Amino acid sequence: MPEGILCNKQPIVTDEQLKLTLGDKSGKQYYAEMEQLDVDTDKLWSTIQNTMKSRLKTWLNICAKCGLCAESCFLYQVNDRVPEQVPSYKIHATLGELVKRKGKVDNAFMRKCMDIAWSWCTCCNRCGQFCPHGIDMGVMFSYLRGLLFSQGFVPWELKIGSGMHRVYKAQMDVTTEDWVDTCEWMADENSEEWPGLEIPMDKEDADIMYTINAREAKHYPEDIAEAAILFHVAGENWTMPSEGWEQTSLTLFAGDWEGCKQQVLHVYDAIERLRPKRVVGTECGHAHRATVIEGPYWAGREDGQPPRPYIHYVEWLAEMLRTGRIKIDPTKRIKEPVTLQDSCNYVRNQGLKNITREIMSYIVEPGYFVEMAPNKEYNYCCGGGGGFNGIGKYRPQRNIALLKKREQILATGCKLVVAPCHNCWDAIRDLEEEYPMGLRWSFLKPLVIKMMIVPDHLKPQDEEGEEE
Amino acid sequence: MYNFLTGPMVWITFLVVVVGLTYHVVTYIRGLDWRLDRVGYRPNMQHGLKGAARSIFFWILPWGSHGWRAKPLFTLLFFSFHIGLLFTPIFLEAHNIMLKDSWGIRLPGISSGLADFLSWVVVIGGIFLVLRRIAYPEVRILTSAYDYMLIVIAVSPFLTGLIARYNVGNYDFWLLIHIITGHVWLLSLVFTKLNHVVLFFLSRAQLGMDYGIKRGGMKGTQMTW
Ligand code: SF4
Ligand code: SF4
Ligand code: SF4
Repeated sequence: MPEGILCNKQPIVTDEQLKLTLGDKSGKQYYAEMEQLDVDTDKLWSTIQNTMKSRLKTWLNICAKCGLCAESCFLYQVNDRVPEQVPSYKIHATLGELVKRKGKVDNAFMRKCMDIAWSWCTCCNRCGQFCPHGIDMGVMFSYLRGLLFSQGFVPWELKIGSGMHRVYKAQMDVTTEDWVDTCEWMADENSEEWPGLEIPMDKEDADIMYTINAREAKHYPEDIAEAAILFHVAGENWTMPSEGWEQTSLTLFAGDWEGCKQQVLHVYDAIERLRPKRVVGTECGHAHRATVIEGPYWAGREDGQPPRPYIHYVEWLAEMLRTGRIKIDPTKRIKEPVTLQDSCNYVRNQGLKNITREIMSYIVEPGYFVEMAPNKEYNYCCGGGGGFNGIGKYRPQRNIALLKKREQILATGCKLVVAPCHNCWDAIRDLEEEYPMGLRWSFLKPLVIKMMIVPDHLKPQDEEGEEE
Repeated sequence: MYNFLTGPMVWITFLVVVVGLTYHVVTYIRGLDWRLDRVGYRPNMQHGLKGAARSIFFWILPWGSHGWRAKPLFTLLFFSFHIGLLFTPIFLEAHNIMLKDSWGIRLPGISSGLADFLSWVVVIGGIFLVLRRIAYPEVRILTSAYDYMLIVIAVSPFLTGLIARYNVGNYDFWLLIHIITGHVWLLSLVFTKLNHVVLFFLSRAQLGMDYGIKRGGMKGTQMTW
């Protein structure tokens, strides 16, 4: 069969198609159709020839097959070190084979590639640091995902995710109206406790434009309120765009490169429209990677920079704490062993390793911060990266993947984990659900709100009256 | 035969090696693409070159990188093998004399004792590399006949050189085999994966630039790979 109704080579671009695919519970029909999907071998091969240049081609060719990358991969470690999980083997058995056969592969091979690309690698880029030749499987697997996506071999949830971005400009079906309403609601809801609290929309020339992860708008609106409170206390002149506020990119996980470009351009358009001095993104690793690290290239910006300086939340927060615009009440600092999850996406992929530690130095009583081992750019993936968290089909593999983080956290002896990344936060939540060990986990925003000193003029009036 | 292999054939081989490796370098650099690689090479050249230099430096330094330190024994094996592989043929006295005879130039020579030692390092190193491929499941699964062949190609000139030098068996025969395997060795630098003799530097430089520009370099964090 050439193409299915749900599983086919076209990305989802209409609301009807999106609803239809969503209606197929856990992708039953979708995966059944996938088994019949034809491979367009000519197109596959011509795409490879056009896009596989120096870097990827050389990497495939010069791999010394030395196996030094084996131990670097957490999935190899937690899967009983089966040799099939060696990074080099994984890529040669998939992309390598695809190239060797000049794209002449069949349906079964493509499905095998899909399984490996989405459930044997989270594109965490750790192995690249251990290969003498600098071969980075994370990059190679992303590339493979792109090829698979273009042929329709993509997990059901990510096909939908990419469709969400294309239809709603967000990873979830949040319309502009929903979004603006949510922000108004959050401002209202918190205005009693925080007089004067605002969530300014579409303000031009503000100092800061803030962007978020659509999950916050849909499921955790308190996160938006918390951001607003912190901007309020810091006295920021800030705004959020009514269009172009969604910073994440499931298209990135899906390998939908065209979709990635569309998504990031929404944000960049908002930046050009509102002309903020800087942009701050929420506590999310892959959102940062999508919009700030890779995004400029998708958008065709040769200097690799977004239209305005664009920082991760941890950078903004560290600045506020450093300059005293947000002050921590020393008596409220964390006084229990606490550890920190380094997100691959902005630590390994953008070097923001010291800044999160600077934050910890302000909010944790000296002596209570415990490092994971290994850490910083050598930290392991949380186990839920690269889309792993969201794919039902690969839930068993994902649950095994969580074991590495479990082992790392257990070794620290901490019950509290600071996780300034949405994916990591989710993964640690699921970790506790799968293997209960009494963990608590938190973003930075709620922690800081609990321990900051609120200037008197920002406190509710009557409370102030009582105090006087 | 001997005269041909040490005369015109040397010219041919050297020419092929120089042209071939230049070809690899040029096509690699020309094939870099800021859009596909998602690295803004040109506008951020400064940061890029710094990252490239760091990456190469720390990886040619024994135990210089985190990766090398993670596998200290392998690193020892790897470096001794490669030092023997590259140093011995260049600085060997006998090669230098031939060089002087034909082209009138010579490089500083090394003592025959050191040359012997380094050759043995290569041979023994090669044996260990083979054993390692057999012993470890994570390497075994990656290994094909091609990988063994490369080790054989890499080691042969050293083994045959030693045999000839110790006068085991027929000297002329082993010398001839030594010369032939030497030619094969050189030509393999162009036509097999041994082209990593140049591509290693290019690949490292590329990833170094990636890190120097995009993955931390411009945030002022020095991460070396
Ligand atoms: S470490 Fe690098 S060269 Fe060695 S097998 Fe892994 S990818 Fe290949
Ligand atoms: S990128 Fe990460 S998950 Fe993928 S092979 Fe490398 S270490 Fe393993
Ligand atoms: S979810 Fe977090 S730790 Fe895991 S791959 Fe992504 S950024 Fe890394």
